[in-house]
Amino acid sequence: MLKKVSTFWLAIVLAFVFYGVVQLLILNGFLNPFYTNTLIFICINIILAVSLHLVIGITGQFSIGHAGFLALGAYISAIMTMKLDMPFSFALFAGGIVAALAGLVVGIPSLRLRGDYLAIATLGFAEIIRIIFLNIDYVGGAAGMQVTHATTWTTSFLCLILTIVVIVNFTNSRHGRACISIRENEIAADAMGINTTYYKVAAFVIGSFFAGIAGGLYAHNFYIIQPANFGFLKSFDILILVVLGGLGSLSGAVISAILLTVVSTFLQELPETRMIIYSLVLVLVMLYRPQGLMGTREITDYFGNWKWKRVKGGNQYGG
Amino acid sequence: MEWLQQLFNGISLGSIYALIALGYTMVYGIIKLINFAHGEVFMIGSFTGFYAIAFWGLGFFPALILSMAVCAVFGVLIERVAYKRLRDSTRIAALITAIGVSLLIQYVVIYIRGAQPEAYPNVLPNRSFDVFGVQISSQSLLILVVSVVLMIVLQFIVHRTKIGKAMRAVSYDPDAAKLMGINVNNTISATFAIGSALAGAAGVIFGVYYTKIDPLMGVIPGLKAFIAAVLGGIGIIPGAVIGGFVLGIVETVVSALGFSLWRDAAAFIILILILIFRPSGIFGKNSKEKV
Amino acid sequence: MEARPILHVSQVGINFGGLKAVDGFNLKLYPGGLIGLIGPNGAGKTTVFNLLTGVYTPTEGDIVFNGERINGLAPYKVTRKGISRTFQNVRLFNEQSVLDNVKVAYHSLASHSIFSSIFRLRSHFIGEKEMEAKALAFLRIFQLDKVKDEKAKNLPYGGQRRLEIARALAAGPKLLLLDEPAAGMNPQETKDLMELISFIREQFNLTILLIEHDMKLVMGICERISVLDHGLLIAEGTPNEVQNHPKVIEAYLGEEVVSSHA
Ligand SMILES: Nc1ncnc2c1ncn2[C@@H]1O[C@H](COP(=O)(O)OP(=O)(O)OP(=O)(O)O)[C@@H](O)[C@H]1O
Ligand SMILES: [Mg+2]
Repeated sequence: MLKKVSTFWLAIVLAFVFYGVVQLLILNGFLNPFYTNTLIFICINIILAVSLHLVIGITGQFSIGHAGFLALGAYISAIMTMKLDMPFSFALFAGGIVAALAGLVVGIPSLRLRGDYLAIATLGFAEIIRIIFLNIDYVGGAAGMQVTHATTWTTSFLCLILTIVVIVNFTNSRHGRACISIRENEIAADAMGINTTYYKVAAFVIGSFFAGIAGGLYAHNFYIIQPANFGFLKSFDILILVVLGGLGSLSGAVISAILLTVVSTFLQELPETRMIIYSLVLVLVMLYRPQGLMGTREITDYFGNWKWKRVKGGNQYGG
Repeated sequence: MEWLQQLFNGISLGSIYALIALGYTMVYGIIKLINFAHGEVFMIGSFTGFYAIAFWGLGFFPALILSMAVCAVFGVLIERVAYKRLRDSTRIAALITAIGVSLLIQYVVIYIRGAQPEAYPNVLPNRSFDVFGVQISSQSLLILVVSVVLMIVLQFIVHRTKIGKAMRAVSYDPDAAKLMGINVNNTISATFAIGSALAGAAGVIFGVYYTKIDPLMGVIPGLKAFIAAVLGGIGIIPGAVIGGFVLGIVETVVSALGFSLWRDAAAFIILILILIFRPSGIFGKNSKEKV
Repeated sequence: MEARPILHVSQVGINFGGLKAVDGFNLKLYPGGLIGLIGPNGAGKTTVFNLLTGVYTPTEGDIVFNGERINGLAPYKVTRKGISRTFQNVRLFNEQSVLDNVKVAYHSLASHSIFSSIFRLRSHFIGEKEMEAKALAFLRIFQLDKVKDEKAKNLPYGGQRRLEIARALAAGPKLLLLDEPAAGMNPQETKDLMELISFIREQFNLTILLIEHDMKLVMGICERISVLDHGLLIAEGTPNEVQNHPKVIEAYLGEEVVSSHA
């Protein structure tokens, strides 16, 4: 137990060292705005991937409407800063909360649905959210809404760390195990006394909260948000991160978020090529490596293995 | 009279949904897969018809038949290349693949010919009749007749022919069907062929009726048709037809009431309500999962 | 048989689209009993378990457990009341470790909140530590402690069956339902399993209801046996009574009962 705790703090410290180095580079002008922006994008995409990972990868609830929660976070936070003159941090939080409430609303009725039916229902919910924004003049309808630039490397990174810590801690507890048991065998989970409804909704709510936060960051990183940014293709962009990483692997989701964000930055000028590559990757992964890059394993498992082997070979009581 | 007019428009739109929904329902019935790429088959059918009419000068019926044939082959190809390997994998894996295939087709088409829309040529004589104050164009009448004929042909195939019986047997119980000596692979391919041909026909009809087509045209009608299939009870052929008509009428009514921007939302709201309150659809039987 | 029954099932039935899978089923279990439920394939035995555990809601009749009516209760609530089960077709959490499988069953016995886990409060650590200790103790009883970090799906078949029983017990039941626990086991494994069942029954003060196809096994360890056929209870009594019951012989005509009787 003690060891686990210290690994946790070690990771946190390393993360902040990384943050500091990047921040220094930005301040010194070594990283031009293009790279900074890419880094921010990576943070946002990791938040999205990890939050969806909780719903699909951990709890096994196949949601393909994550962009709906992203949209809510984006719009609500933009309303907060642009219309109500609230501070950015509050706006982010508000976006997360409203998205989480929507997660509750979507989660509860969706519980009666399984597998592909649930998928279609989440897609429907996301479309409804988008159409609602499309029809509200207050937020600019189809033309969208102007948003000031407020997202920085620091805010994105803090949100990212918060997301990962919360979701990792949730996963590594009785609550996370309950969610995984639902994914593995819902009927058995139920028979073991797990309130499956409660945990499915909890996964939706937590996942949506962070999608909402990502939405706030996303909105304040552009100069404009439009309902068209949050259609099914956006949900698909998030879905592919989770699938490629390996359903059930958080580090897989993180790695593929980094990888694909970089790839799409290079393909920015060629959106069709990008979509062809994305969809081809998705199909090929499903056909030839359905477990994705990482399966359900985590990076730390490899690390653990390596340590274990070394300990076994050497002095058992040394380390 | 205004209402009668809307009703007629709704039925025309509904017949397109119904034709596409049939493919969804047949495929779902037989391999329990939501074939997301079905909307793209519809799009390919529409473009095939367009090229056949605009460049080769074919008439409506030859173009319709050609596009049905092309789509049948295309549908079988999708099944053989992408879905066949997935028969024993999880439903989620199959669904993800289907989503991938759908997007792949859309963007390959955009890559090849660009995203710009195309204006469908006028192949049908267009005269209007006035029936009890309802304006009925000869075009929409013909389209309706074609749709209904195709549905009747399908009904005949499913209930009277050998392949139809095989399809019903496989969808009822694939293992038992195999033991009875039915070639399951061929039956599944035949299902894809028939469903895709219907989507191809819907594509041509859509083009003629709405006159504008583009590579992403399959997305929304595809989803709507899926909703129609769920509404009628997925896997049930008459259900898909009724679901299509109901959805078409509801959408037209919503538009007529002045909420045209909410038209798409109406369909999704119907979907969610039906999934929550009667997931087996209007005609489906509720069944409990065996434990 | 003086005490009040721990489980009292009266006139319970369910239809599946016209098929009466179980009809007018009655059963009384007394604390500490080990009762067998037998019947030919498709007789409705598993369906009875599903009715008792809330997987299906009976269309008629009453199920009273510990003096409380439980029909229609959600499965997880039934489990928390003290009935837990194994499945005919093993249903483990395949990708989870053996240890985690048992920990999941302990879930409702711990009480630290989601909030405490997310922010790693003291109650989280205390709760998790306790779960870990209890789960490990359990695995030791079932001789699964050596494979605690193995994924459940990687256990050999017999091990999976044992893990499933361990998991069911970890949920803290007063009544344990075992659905063909010896299916697919060789005679030695079956014998070990029977000893294990007797052992846990004493150790945990359990009442056990056992579905089993292996007649010798049921006749050997059960005190009383109920026989189902086509959803109907056709006989009930001691192994000897049941064995000689004409309806049972008829239902099993040509099967083991007749031959093993001789
Ligand atoms: N969810 C369901 N839907 C429809 N029919 C069902 C369902 N569950 C069980 N049945 C039917 O109920 C009958 C009894 O099944 P059950 O599984 O209870 O039999 P069983 O006695 O456990 O048989 P076995 O020895 O083969 O396990 C069977 O005819 C079965 O097909
Ligand atoms: Mg059974």
